[in-house]
Amino acid sequence: MAEKNESKFGWSRIEGGLTKAYAIGVMVFLIAPLLIIVPLSFNAEPYFTFTSKMLSLDPSGFSLRWYSDIVDNPQWLEAIGNSLVIAIASTFLATVLGTLAAIGLARSNMPFRDFFMALLISPLVVPIVIAAAGMYFFYSSIGLAQTHLGIIMAHTALGVPFVVITMTATLSSFDRNLIRAAGSLGADPITAFFRVTLPLVAPGMISGALFAFAASFDEVVTVLFLGGPEQRTIPRQMWSGIREQISPTILAVATLLIIFSSLLLLAVEMLRRWHTPPGAPIKR
Amino acid sequence: MGTAIATQESLAEQFKRSGKRARRGTFLLVLPLLAFLTLTFLLPIGNMLSRSIGDPTVAEVLPRTAAALRAWNGKGRPPFSAYSALADDLVRAEREGRIGKVATRMNFERAGMRSLIMKTARVASTFEPPYAQAFNAVDLQWSDPEVWGTLRHASATNTMGYYVSALDQTRTADGKWVPKPEEDQVYIMLFERTLWVAGLVTLLCFVLGYPLAYYIARQDDRTRNLLLILVLLPFWTSLLVRTTAWIALLQTNGIVNDGIALFGGDGARLELVHNMTGTLIAMTHILLPFMILPTYSVMLSVPPALTRAAISLGATPWTAFWRVYFPMTLPGAAAGGLLVFILALGYYITPALVGGRTGQLISNMIQFHMQTSLNWGLAAALGGILLAGVVVLYVIYARVIGLNRLRLG
Amino acid sequence: MGRTTGIIIAAAAAIVILAGVLLFMLKGGSESEVSELDKEMTDMPLPSADGSAPAAGAGKLAGKSLVVVSWGGAYTTSQIEAYHKPFEAQTGAKINSVDYNGGIAEIKAQVEAKNVTWDVVDMELADAQRACDEGLLEKIDAGTLPAAPDGTPALQDFIPNGITQCAVTTIVFSHIVAYDSSKFQTQPTKLADFFDVKNFPGKRGLRKTSPKINLELALRADGVAGDQVYQTLSTKEGVARAFKKLDTIKNDVIWWEPGSQPPQLLADGQVTMTTAYNGRIFDAQVKEGKPFAIIWDGQLQELDVLSIVKGTKNLDAATQFVAFATDTQRLADQAQWIAYGPARKSSLPLVSTYHGKPDVDMKVHMPNAPENSANAIQIDFLWWADHQEELNQRWAAWLAK
Repeated sequence: MAEKNESKFGWSRIEGGLTKAYAIGVMVFLIAPLLIIVPLSFNAEPYFTFTSKMLSLDPSGFSLRWYSDIVDNPQWLEAIGNSLVIAIASTFLATVLGTLAAIGLARSNMPFRDFFMALLISPLVVPIVIAAAGMYFFYSSIGLAQTHLGIIMAHTALGVPFVVITMTATLSSFDRNLIRAAGSLGADPITAFFRVTLPLVAPGMISGALFAFAASFDEVVTVLFLGGPEQRTIPRQMWSGIREQISPTILAVATLLIIFSSLLLLAVEMLRRWHTPPGAPIKR
Repeated sequence: MGTAIATQESLAEQFKRSGKRARRGTFLLVLPLLAFLTLTFLLPIGNMLSRSIGDPTVAEVLPRTAAALRAWNGKGRPPFSAYSALADDLVRAEREGRIGKVATRMNFERAGMRSLIMKTARVASTFEPPYAQAFNAVDLQWSDPEVWGTLRHASATNTMGYYVSALDQTRTADGKWVPKPEEDQVYIMLFERTLWVAGLVTLLCFVLGYPLAYYIARQDDRTRNLLLILVLLPFWTSLLVRTTAWIALLQTNGIVNDGIALFGGDGARLELVHNMTGTLIAMTHILLPFMILPTYSVMLSVPPALTRAAISLGATPWTAFWRVYFPMTLPGAAAGGLLVFILALGYYITPALVGGRTGQLISNMIQFHMQTSLNWGLAAALGGILLAGVVVLYVIYARVIGLNRLRLG
Repeated sequence: MGRTTGIIIAAAAAIVILAGVLLFMLKGGSESEVSELDKEMTDMPLPSADGSAPAAGAGKLAGKSLVVVSWGGAYTTSQIEAYHKPFEAQTGAKINSVDYNGGIAEIKAQVEAKNVTWDVVDMELADAQRACDEGLLEKIDAGTLPAAPDGTPALQDFIPNGITQCAVTTIVFSHIVAYDSSKFQTQPTKLADFFDVKNFPGKRGLRKTSPKINLELALRADGVAGDQVYQTLSTKEGVARAFKKLDTIKNDVIWWEPGSQPPQLLADGQVTMTTAYNGRIFDAQVKEGKPFAIIWDGQLQELDVLSIVKGTKNLDAATQFVAFATDTQRLADQAQWIAYGPARKSSLPLVSTYHGKPDVDMKVHMPNAPENSANAIQIDFLWWADHQEELNQRWAAWLAK
């Protein structure tokens, strides 16, 4: 609507056009690299660029060979399994612990609220190499290095900030009078929690969990430091693939991961719609 | 009357007590996570950092030498007792198979010590008094008080040595700091490079992100949501996927170079990846959403009526933007920018994969000392310096911008 | 709310306690496993010293698994074919093959953390020596190694330095310069051509992980005689000279780490010349028919060894594996798969042709074939054991600038 009002100025139309062109340019910079990977992963040749056959849309220029490479390679399959186990376990832990803490942090009577909040979010900003190095020594000394459990603990720590941030944001817009209302209507606290609080904060909790899941699913540095041959995950496989022998199999995996993360993103967006009361502006 | 007062008091007390109990209950909610993070995250980091100021290796393996050198002030020649003590210690360490350890440790303090100690230890069992001459016969370096000074520094269980090293300095026998030889200096340069890269990436993110956020904020609801999802897509996509994408795009036989060759170009292939250019491009791409999202959310809260009012009062659109809109949206850009800067300081994966030789940052050097050179004390010292910087900025962020502004998408 | 809070806290406490119990069980579990193994180990006979194959007995190690670490690619394939498969068939053990890029860092980390997951590691001799000095490797008794078929004891059968305190040599390999012959009109012929980007244009590949090899190559290309290399490197000026020579091509270098990378870099056209392990280039030439060629001038020969990580939980199986893998037949078999020279004199006559290609005589591709080794030097593993550490630091600083 702002546009309509200003459009009587010629300058503003030019300015609008320039902003649009610039914005499209930045969008292309953001998105194009991801989109280009997708067709490249169907390359019949082991190259990272479009062959002339691909450009002329010759079907023989395309193939699924890199995808069948994934399925045929036990290392990749094991990595997928490991990634899922670790991500699910650490997501569960991070969500439970993070939600509890967020409930506490959202209360007005929390002592030293800012300090604890800063502490609990710190895994997000501490340089990952420092965290991984510290974990390496410490976990080794208690026998957790090179175990799944060790990596799960590490990923839980790294995933917690996402849950805390999302949940405190959700809870800050949560009206505690609702609980009081439920109480005055005769609901006991447990009923009030499960029937009133939980349904209202669940979307925030789930999107926090999805963030934590994505964080674990993408984490490679602690796996490099803490993991042994038994703890190869998808990012770990990609890491060595990129450093050692860059084959289009990686592009195929990347394509699958892009699809996967798009689904996660859509899920989070839908949750956001769900928990935003109708009419309220969608806050970000 | 008395009873009335008593009731009143107990009421106040009760109130206070219940408030206390509630506070305790609240704290107990946070406690499990706090305990978990302390155990799995904070304590390990603290434990690692403690390696930067203490290393008992030398004191343990060469105990008699350590004792003899403690009595020496580092000026002039070391006492004769130190020579005989070292001869003794070397023989024992060699026999116990611990000599390699101490030699490596000493080499962290002073390049060349490893070969000197190994060489000496292999023949130390044949030494006879006068020991000083026996040592000098193996290698004249033993007549240099600096060598003994290094031993003295290293045999202290608490040492600043690693921090001295991390600042490209070395210590003379009497403890003065002097710069390392030029060919061994590298850490200051890497810290500077890291700051420079973080600053440049922040600037690039601002230049690219601010106008985009501005554009998105002015669309209608539908377009706005669509565009935001497009911004969030790379944000949700695996870091390794995005890095792979840039390698595929930018390598010498990659798409960008093919494109340049197709549309003219003199056949020379640009080197866009495995160097600093690659690091800058990939880091900007990865961190850009962290700039766009907070900027955008502040822009949404600025009522469009304000700019309109300014214009109707006679301001040109540019003045209205620059004097009214921009200052109001600056907090968002500042929040995004500071976050991008903090995150960029600790970047490791992207430089490691696309940085080649010249695009490496301080984190990569920390990893090198952690996993390749095994100089854990130095890795801890470098990490300590980096962490201190990050923590200061993080506190500024929490204080000035507020942690509740940290939103994810 | 109070009761809810109570329940939530109880749930959280339960989780924390559960985690604690899990942790405890995990630690306790691994310990009991160790002690069980210890018991078994004492029951087990030591590998015998006679015959070409250790008399481990079929199925004796059934259910055991060993982690054997090596350099990946064609080289690991040669080991899997020549050592792992027959060992698994004979003993029933399972071998997990893991790749690494050399160095002693991971071994040191595992030993110091008392969390040893690697059992046997394939190393360069200089690294093995260094690791041995630091107490990171198990001592290997030469008496447990099988004698040659004609009865010559192992100590005499191996080439010089073939058996050291902690290491048994498997092969002689060589660091060479390889190039893509299709990229040059005039073919490069000598080591110095590697540093001549004007007459032989194109990017160069160099190994990133260590100053070893790079410094020697630089000095030799700069005209230092083979027998003067380590004397020169022992002086400050000599080291400076080597780095100065490397400076001349510093901006034309693409750095590689795993041994599988140099042939890949050549094939992708990212470099026109690169240092490489000779066996990898041979593999690309013969198996994939690439137009690669080797400059044997100034080659650096090195020994590659098997070592056992100190504190391994499978010491007995690891010892049996090392004895088995380094017997005469196994070493000769390996040469069917990759162009590295066997470390036993008795294996040499058994070396024949490349696996599946009877027209490829392996002997001419060996680094120690007379026509290849005219200007070769041996890497001085003792010198490097003493100097690696300090040069590593200088190397890292040089690379970062």
